[in-house]
Amino acid sequence: MADISLSRAAGWSGLKRWDSAVGALLVVVLLFSFGFVDGFGNALNLSFLIGNTLPIALIALPMTLLVVSGEIDLSVASTAGLSGAVMGALWNQGMTIEAIIPICLLLGVVCGLVNGLLVTRLGLPSLAVTIGTLAAYRGIAQIVLGSDAVTDFPVQYLDFASGRIGDTFVPYALLPFLVLLTIAVVALHATPFGRSLFAIGANEEAARFAGIRVKRQKLILFTLTGLMASLTGIFWALHYASARYDNATGLELSVVAAVLLGGIDFDGGKGTLGGAIAGVFLLGALQNVMSLQDVSAQSQIVVTGVLLVLSVLGPRVLRQISQARAGRRAASTPTS
Amino acid sequence: MTHPSTTGPAPVLALKDVSKSFGAVRALRDVSLELFPGEVHALAGENGAGKSTLIKTLAGVHRPDAGQVLLDGAPVAFHGPGDARDAGIAVIYQEPTLFPDLSIAENIYMGRQPRRALGRIDHKATHNATAALMERLGVELDPDRPARGLSIADQQIVEIAKALSFDARVLIMDEPTAALTGSEVARLFGVVRTLRHQGAAVLFISHRLEEIFEICRRVTTLRDGAWVASEPLEGMTEDDLVRRMVGRDLDELYPKQEVEPGEVALSVRRLTREGVFTDVSFDVRHGEIVGLAGLVGAGRTEVARAVFGIDRWDAGEVSVHGKALVKGAPSTAMAAGVALVPEDRRAQGLVMDMSIERNIGLTGLRTTVKAGLVDRGAERSRSLDWAVRLQVKYARIADTVNTLSGGNQQKVVLAKWLATGPKVLIVDEPTRGIDVGTKAEVHRLLSQLAADGVAVLMISSDLPEILGMADRVLVMHEGRLTAEIPRTDATEETVMAAATGRAAA
Repeated sequence: MADISLSRAAGWSGLKRWDSAVGALLVVVLLFSFGFVDGFGNALNLSFLIGNTLPIALIALPMTLLVVSGEIDLSVASTAGLSGAVMGALWNQGMTIEAIIPICLLLGVVCGLVNGLLVTRLGLPSLAVTIGTLAAYRGIAQIVLGSDAVTDFPVQYLDFASGRIGDTFVPYALLPFLVLLTIAVVALHATPFGRSLFAIGANEEAARFAGIRVKRQKLILFTLTGLMASLTGIFWALHYASARYDNATGLELSVVAAVLLGGIDFDGGKGTLGGAIAGVFLLGALQNVMSLQDVSAQSQIVVTGVLLVLSVLGPRVLRQISQARAGRRAASTPTS
Repeated sequence: MTHPSTTGPAPVLALKDVSKSFGAVRALRDVSLELFPGEVHALAGENGAGKSTLIKTLAGVHRPDAGQVLLDGAPVAFHGPGDARDAGIAVIYQEPTLFPDLSIAENIYMGRQPRRALGRIDHKATHNATAALMERLGVELDPDRPARGLSIADQQIVEIAKALSFDARVLIMDEPTAALTGSEVARLFGVVRTLRHQGAAVLFISHRLEEIFEICRRVTTLRDGAWVASEPLEGMTEDDLVRRMVGRDLDELYPKQEVEPGEVALSVRRLTREGVFTDVSFDVRHGEIVGLAGLVGAGRTEVARAVFGIDRWDAGEVSVHGKALVKGAPSTAMAAGVALVPEDRRAQGLVMDMSIERNIGLTGLRTTVKAGLVDRGAERSRSLDWAVRLQVKYARIADTVNTLSGGNQQKVVLAKWLATGPKVLIVDEPTRGIDVGTKAEVHRLLSQLAADGVAVLMISSDLPEILGMADRVLVMHEGRLTAEIPRTDATEETVMAAATGRAAA
């Protein structure tokens, strides 16, 4: 099912080619790294690669849906940070982790709901709203936890978030992610809800005239994004065994870069989740290789930024090429 | 039916045996055309006949594969629209693109304003030059008012003034009247006549045949990319022209069937949206086509939007089969069996870069579902079924709708809504900008739907269409219903009187 939907859903040849190009590039980067990068191919490093990429991947799921519908959420990293900070603060208060996690998830829902209500009820642009809440949520995180770092979470949780299955390259956390990925693929490409998102992103007014409840769909998406961001915040704090107010700072840049790299059109209406996830792991693999080669963290951010620009540019260039070709073909049905 | 002759005054602009192909498709084949100074020349043809390609060739957008473009009798090669503009050729499009936040004067002199010392813009000179242009055109428009909020008619005037400021000798007007009301058309024609007297050559394109006969002296007809005839309009009838365009006799344009109206399907009571329309009440019965006439801006479209739930209403009630609809909720209106074919198919009716299949499928997302997932097989057969029934001309059902001609796009919008099996069908300008053959098909379809028991509310600015198709005509003026005229009493005079507020209804 996923295969069919991934290849068909774009319905637009230029973008489809971009999707497969990113997938192919991922394979090339992986093969190259296996062959030529010392320390890349062993199971431990691969499990690190996957584990470190999972936060990007988790948030990329709802972000893909959001960008397809023509919106964006830049507050995700701050929501993740806030979620981790509240988790640390409540843990210091002596609450059990089983009680804390639902509270943090609920907090994420509220964060997403606030974004969604500001965008849908007041009609504000999501870019501006979520830059605002990016700052606000991070600020609240700092108020909640100050400069503390909470590290003494229960061992079985830490092990689950950072461990791997035996000596394989598969982190435990990959399994629930795969379940969420499957749900997201089906939701975007096979349900009426997902279909409506493509229509909303491509032409919101026409979607409204087709009886699609645009505001409601968007509110659901922002709320889901908040939920997934807080889940990521919890995972982050356990994975790195450290809850700090500045956890996941800048993660939104990686998520947006990866999603756009994967061929999701920034203007909405086009793209596939398969492409987005290929973009996520391409970015993750590049970051892993750069770390192995002792490229500094600052330089890695530069690379991410350049990739972001290229990924916006790339599909546009492809589109112009394919339009030039289609222009010759489309003449078979001149419009007037 | 003779080839254009070369006697008399020299044509200012001409095409000689021009051909243009795109891939395997020959958009123009050996087409010739001559435009003389002081002449308004019509270009007629169905959608897809090659009119757009011809215009773009004259405007320097396309270069002919074979044949010549002649300017004052000498062959020229335009390398782009700029070359054509410098040669005095201007194109006025159906929907002008002005900068909304700049004034009319600034739009006209964009990038080449008169300067004062130190390169500062001379606003006074810009203003005066614009005022002079407006006076030449015989229209009253304040050069300093911003373009935002200008009607399409006024925007076209600004474009024409801009063309004059470039000393245009040839004006190509591509369906300028498609979005205009009767009085706006009259004013535009006044401007065109002024230009003609001043010696300009005008190439005029319109789907409204009566306009061609009113304003033009000669007509060139294209069919399937080929030149059919260039001839004087004097002595021709509309039927003659249609036969040239479609290559055969056309069935009746308004094939209205007589149907005995059934019970009330849609009932609108004292509907009010503040500042937009007031106290609007009417019924539409099963089997009936009710025409909603009025000038653009009278509130017709707004009433339709409110009934369907796109906009909210402030007071009143809308009910279908006696069951009240919720305001501002298109999904509940759809569930009650209401469908709205909106006036702007590109912005409201279709997602242009989505496939035909998916566009028709959009209205079935709730119904073609199996186990919570979109039933692709059912979606495809639903879309195919309706695309075939309405005879949409396409290569593959998975092609995007922006590859279709305007008439076929409109059929996709109709298919999308007919697939919902509506009980109440509201169509807003259902035949705007589509060719006469497709128009007759749409009319036959609406008539058949009514005969099958659908209640049809038809908004149209095309008065002959209203008179030809409607069982009853409702007329709006400045946000109020001013008249309800039965088919037998409906004439251009009675409807226009009510539409302009002159009627003692």
